Amino acid sequence: MNLDKLLPNLGEWLRGTGPESDVVLSTRIRLARNLADLPFGTRATAAHKGEVVARAKEAVAKAGAAHKLEYLDIPNIAALDRQFLVERQLISRELAGGLDGPRGVAFDPTETASVMVNEEDHLRLQVLRSGFALDDAWRDIDRLDDALEQRLSYAFHAQFGYLTACPTNVGTGMRASVMLHLPALGLTKQIDKVFRALQKINLAVRGLHGEGSRAFGDLYQISNHVTLGKSEPKILNEIREVIVTILDYERKARTALLKERRQAEHDRAARAIGTLGSATMITTEETMELLSAVRLGIHLHLLDGIPVTAVNQLFIHTQSAHLQKLAGHALDGEERNAARAKYLKTKLRELNSHRQ
Amino acid sequence: MKCQFCENPASVHVTEVVNFKKRALHLCEGCARARNLIPGANGPQLDLKALLSLIANPFPAAADDGDDAPVAPAAPPPAPEACPACGLTLAEFRAEGRVGCAHDYDALRAALEPLLERVHRHTAHAGKAPRAVRAREWQKQMKAAVAAEDYEEAARLRDLIRRAASEQ
Repeated sequence: MNLDKLLPNLGEWLRGTGPESDVVLSTRIRLARNLADLPFGTRATAAHKGEVVARAKEAVAKAGAAHKLEYLDIPNIAALDRQFLVERQLISRELAGGLDGPRGVAFDPTETASVMVNEEDHLRLQVLRSGFALDDAWRDIDRLDDALEQRLSYAFHAQFGYLTACPTNVGTGMRASVMLHLPALGLTKQIDKVFRALQKINLAVRGLHGEGSRAFGDLYQISNHVTLGKSEPKILNEIREVIVTILDYERKARTALLKERRQAEHDRAARAIGTLGSATMITTEETMELLSAVRLGIHLHLLDGIPVTAVNQLFIHTQSAHLQKLAGHALDGEERNAARAKYLKTKLRELNSHRQ
Repeated sequence: MKCQFCENPASVHVTEVVNFKKRALHLCEGCARARNLIPGANGPQLDLKALLSLIANPFPAAADDGDDAPVAPAAPPPAPEACPACGLTLAEFRAEGRVGCAHDYDALRAALEPLLERVHRHTAHAGKAPRAVRAREWQKQMKAAVAAEDYEEAARLRDLIRRAASEQ
């Protein structure tokens, strides 16, 4: 598979068109599944892992999904391509670099469905949807799971449900995450309060790249902790209720910002564009923070003529691996910061000329 | 929110509720890593074992009771606690936080159940099951329906089983 052909696409999680997309970037559901007769990750030899890959490849090839899933061997691809897949949310950082031995990922050309093979569990199924779409994502992943199950014998226990390498995932094996953009709650200093409330009801809050990652650019992932003792629809409903509440808080905070300090917010968004369009060196983190301000400016109707999809494109293309693939060669840290600034300047100039 | 151990902003938040008492931890990524809450480089998952010991005793100096030391050769783990299929012992599970195969859930059940109760507040699955498992359950229910002379229910279950079999 030539990964370069994915480069011009935004990828499902940044398509920016789903329900409630002014606040919700994307919805993701993953299912952890293991084969009954092979040892799990920490106890598996390279031969065991090879067997998992062989069976998974066959099951995926015959799954008959709406879009064909194509399999990619991770050990065979360059580090830059692995990082590229991480940035597109198709594989985890662990699968890219933390693990060894036979492993891979199968995904479809629309980048909505993927199956990681030999991550912590034998299989990690994932479905990504733009916007707030828990039901659609569940329907798709349930179907994919059924299709794979016809050719694979899953480790399932009458009492504990789907067995997983880590007991924190046992039962449904399901983790549903919703990626939110919450700049107004951040600006009005209410974000900690919201998170404290979330922790009380056992939902996890994480940054863009999962557990332990910092929340750059006001992006937060909210997901369930509990996987045992509740049905999948019940878990999804609990998350849904919470997200609806947070959506409401964020929108109220945005309205308050407009009412109380419209000029200041306009200024902040305009300055963010100014910096993005004139810097000669810029880090990923600063780019994400500034793009967050631009995104908020667009949703508050303070900036004309910049579509959200353009912001999403700048967001993904300024990530390190994307930037290097666009450049056509590897770049060190300093070179990346310069290339990122140059890319932003060119793109914003193009956008400006379209507006006039 | 600031990290409980240093001045950096906290990005790792852990809450546990035991017996209606809530315990919360807020750490920055560096401190979480230093306390093994995040395994290896950029691991995707919390280290369960470190998490449990930290929640039990968030003060690292007092918590350092040598628990992390590798199992001494002089004290081999008791045999009955090892999984007959993959050989995983309870001590190894405690050190790694991961089970080694599907049989461990039965082999280490005595240790796992209290852990599951703490993490999930439940010890039994209540969600989806593979089709074969569902079909077996329907078979059982159909037999019970026939025994109870509820033929309408038995016919409904028979159809379900047939449909599931034809989809294979």
